[in-house]
Amino acid sequence: MSQALLEIRQLDAFYGDFQALFDIDFQIAPQETVAVIGANGAGKSTLLKSMAGLVSSKGQVLSWNGAERGGWKAYEAVRAGVALVPEGRRLFASLSVEDNLKAGAYRQRKGYWTLERVFEIFPELIPKRNNPGSALSGGQQQMVAIGRALMANPDLMLCDEISLGLAPRIVKDIYLTLPRIREQGTALVIVEQDINQALAVSDRIYCIQEGRVSLTGAPADFSRQQIVDAYFGVRESAA
Amino acid sequence: MIWVNAILQGILLGGLYALFAAGLSLMFGVMRFVNLAHGDFIIVAAYLTLGVCETLGVNPFLSVLLIVPVMGAAGYGLQRFLFNRVLGQDILPPVLVTFGLSIIIQNVLLDHYGANGKKVTVGALDTASVNIGGDLAIGSLPALTFLAAVTIISLIWFIFYRTSIGRILRATADDAEIVGLMGANNAHTFAIATMLATAVVAIAGGLFAMRTNFDPSAGPIRLLFAFESVIIGGMGSLWGTLAGGIALGIAQTVGGQIDPRFQLLAGHLIFLIILAVRPRGLFSRRMS
Amino acid sequence: MTSMAPAILARLQNLSAGRPFWKALIGLLALVALAVGPLYLGRSEMRLLVEIFSYLALAQMWNLLAGYAGIISVGQQAYVGAGGYIFFSLAMLAGVPVLLAIPLAGLIVMVIAIPTGWLAFRLTGAYFAIGSWVIAEVFSIIAGQVTVLGGGSGISLPTSIVKSISASATGREMLLYWIALGLAAASVLLVWALMRSRWGLALTAIRDSEIASETVGVQTYRTRFIVYVLVAGFTAVVAAFIFLQKLRISPEAAFSINDWTAFVIFIVVIGGVGTIEGPFLGVVVFFLLRDTLADLGTWNFIIMGTVAIAVMLIDKRGIWGALRARGMPSVFPTNRVLDMEQE
Repeated sequence: MSQALLEIRQLDAFYGDFQALFDIDFQIAPQETVAVIGANGAGKSTLLKSMAGLVSSKGQVLSWNGAERGGWKAYEAVRAGVALVPEGRRLFASLSVEDNLKAGAYRQRKGYWTLERVFEIFPELIPKRNNPGSALSGGQQQMVAIGRALMANPDLMLCDEISLGLAPRIVKDIYLTLPRIREQGTALVIVEQDINQALAVSDRIYCIQEGRVSLTGAPADFSRQQIVDAYFGVRESAA
Repeated sequence: MIWVNAILQGILLGGLYALFAAGLSLMFGVMRFVNLAHGDFIIVAAYLTLGVCETLGVNPFLSVLLIVPVMGAAGYGLQRFLFNRVLGQDILPPVLVTFGLSIIIQNVLLDHYGANGKKVTVGALDTASVNIGGDLAIGSLPALTFLAAVTIISLIWFIFYRTSIGRILRATADDAEIVGLMGANNAHTFAIATMLATAVVAIAGGLFAMRTNFDPSAGPIRLLFAFESVIIGGMGSLWGTLAGGIALGIAQTVGGQIDPRFQLLAGHLIFLIILAVRPRGLFSRRMS
Repeated sequence: MTSMAPAILARLQNLSAGRPFWKALIGLLALVALAVGPLYLGRSEMRLLVEIFSYLALAQMWNLLAGYAGIISVGQQAYVGAGGYIFFSLAMLAGVPVLLAIPLAGLIVMVIAIPTGWLAFRLTGAYFAIGSWVIAEVFSIIAGQVTVLGGGSGISLPTSIVKSISASATGREMLLYWIALGLAAASVLLVWALMRSRWGLALTAIRDSEIASETVGVQTYRTRFIVYVLVAGFTAVVAAFIFLQKLRISPEAAFSINDWTAFVIFIVVIGGVGTIEGPFLGVVVFFLLRDTLADLGTWNFIIMGTVAIAVMLIDKRGIWGALRARGMPSVFPTNRVLDMEQE
C-alpha cells in the first residue's frame, strides 16, 4: 500500500482518568475518504481530536506523511496540513462570517481555497458575510465551519458530525459540496452518527464502539446487519 | 465656570486613565488574565522614561518612543515565560504571581531610586495652556495626553479589527481552544497580547511621568484607577474603557473642586455606585 | 537515607490513623505548655509569640477565604483597619470596657461587611481581588477623615484605658498574651469545625465544581457570603486586639497592605493554602525569614515576593501540601473519604 497520509497505531486517549479510546489503529491514504461511524459517546470525536492535536497523543504513534508526529499540538497539525471541522461548529461568536473564514487562513497555507472560492461553493453565505456567526441558521453555521477549515488548505480535512442538529435537506445540500472538496485532492475523514450519508461517500469505514474499532474495511464488504451489529456492539458468534 | 473647567479637566484626565486601563482591559479580554502589577509596570515606564531622558539627554517624548519597544519585548517575555505558566482554571496562581511581582517591582525601584518623588520635566509644556474661549483654558500636556489616548485606542481598534493578528486575538478571546485549529499557538498569541498591553503601558507611564510626581509606591493606586475605568466603562468594550476613564476623571476633578480631600474618594464612590447599580458597566458589549 | 523516609511516614500514618485521642492529647499538652508561657518566657519572647499568634489567626482567616471558600482577596486590610478603628472608637469615645470592646468591634465590622460584601460580590475572580483593594482604600480614606481619632496622623490609646486592662505592666503582658493565644486557638478551631460541618462540605463541593454543587442544591452565593462576613468579623476581632497591643492607631498602619495582606498571603501560600496546618508552617518560615533578613529592608520584601512566585510555579500546594502528597498524615483532617465497605 502506498504511504499513508496519516497513520495511528495503538492509540489510547484519556480525559483525565477516563479512558475514551483503547488501542486504536487507523490510517488514511492521500485523497481517500474514510467514514468513522459509531453511537453517541463511542469515541469518534475523541479520535478526530487526537488526530487534530486537540486531545494530546503524547507518547503515542501518530505519523504524518511518514514522519513521527505523535503528541503534536493543534497548531502544529494545522501547519502540517490537517484541518478539523469541530463538533458543534464552534464558530467565533463575536467575529463576522468573513472574519471567521479569514481566521482559518491565519497560517496562509497555499492552495486552491480562497475566500472567493469558499463563497462559490457556499453562495448562501454571501449576503451574510458581515453578520456575526451567532446570527446564522444551523446549516449556515456548518457551512462557515467547513469553509473555515478549507481556508487552511488542508491535505486532510476532518469533519466531526457535520449533520448534527440539521434538517435532512440541509444535510444533503452540504454533502453535495463534498465532491468539490475531494476534487482538489483533499483526504476526508467523515464522522457521523447517521450512517447512510457516511457509507454513501466513503471509500473505507471504521466503526467505533465503546472506544474500540469494531469493524473496518470497504462499505461494500459488509452487510447492513454486520454494520449495525458492529455499531451497537453485538458480538459475532464464532464464525 | 469653575465647574465647567473642572469637567473639562476631568475629561482630559480621563484620557490618561483610559491609557492606564487599555492594557489591563486588553489582557483580560484575550486571556482572562488580570495583572495586579499593572500599576507598577506604569511606574517602571515612568522611571525608564526619566532614565532615558537623563542619560541620553533626549526629548521626553522621544524617550517614551524609545522605551515602547523595550517594554513591549519585556511584556512578551514575561507572558511567554512566566504568566503562561500560571494560566488556567485556578485563579489563585495568577493573582499571587502578579501580586508578588508588584511587591518585587516596588521594592526594587525603592532600592534603586529611593523614596523621593520624581518627575520628567518637559520645559514650557509643563505649564502651558491653551485658551479655548471665555475663561476656559486647558493644559497643553493634558490635551496632548488625551489626544494620545484617542490615537492609541484607535490604533488598538485598527489592530484588532483590521489585521490578521487582531482577528486571531479576537478569536482567542472568543474560544481559546478552537483558535488552535486556525494554526495559532496560544503561547505566542497571549504573549503578543501582553506585548501590546505593555507597549501601551510604556506610553501611559511616560506621559504620566511628565505631569505628576511619582515614587516607587505610586503603582497600586494606578492599578485601581485603571481597574475602575474598566468597570465603569464596561468590560469588553474598547471605547467603553475611554468613557470609563473620562467618567472617573470627571468624578475626581469635580470631587476635588468640592474639596481637595474629596478627590480620590469621589472617584472610588462613582466606581462603587456603578458597581452597585450597573455592574456590567456603562457600555458593556458582550458577556465576559 | 531516602529509603528511611517512606518507613518513617508509614509509622506516622499508623500512629495517627484512628488515634484521634493521642493527637488531641498532644495538642492539649502543647496548648497548656503555651498557656503557662508567662511562667518561663521572657518579655521579648512573649511579645514575639503574641505577634506569631496574631499572624496565625489572620492567616487562618485568609486561608479560610482563599483555600476553602475560593475567595481571593487582597483587601482584608479593610477589616483589619475597620476593626482597629472601631475598637478605638468604642474604647475611647464610647467608654466601652476594653475586653468587651474587642468582640464588639468584631460584631460591628460583621455588620459593615454585609453591604460591603454585597458590593464586592458583584465581581469575580481577579477583579474581585482588585475590588477588595478599592474597598480597603475607601475605608482608609474615610478613617483618615475622622478627626476625633487623629485624622491622618492617628492617635494613641490613653493611659487610663491601658491601665484598665490591668494595673501592672506584667499583668497586662500576661493578659494580652493569653488573649492572643486564645485568638490563635479559636481561629484554628473555627476553621476546623467549619470545614468538618455541613458548611465545610458545601464549600468543598463549591471549590471542586460550582456548577455541579448548584445542581445538588448548594447555595453557592449564600455560603460564600456567610463565610466572607464571618472572616471579616473574626479578622476585626484580631485587629482590635493587635491595635490594643500596639497602643496606637493610624490610617497608614491600620490599612497597610504590606502588614495585613502581603505578609499574611505569604504565610498562607508558603505554608500550604487550603490546609489548616499550612499557616503554622508559614508562620514559622515567615518569622525565621524576618529574623535573618532583619537589616535588609526592601530585600525582605523582594525575597518574599520571589518565594511566593516560586511556590506558585513549583508546587502551588505549598510546603504542607507537598508533604501531604508524599504521605504525611493530616494533623487537622478535613477531608472526607467515601467508605465503600458497607457491612
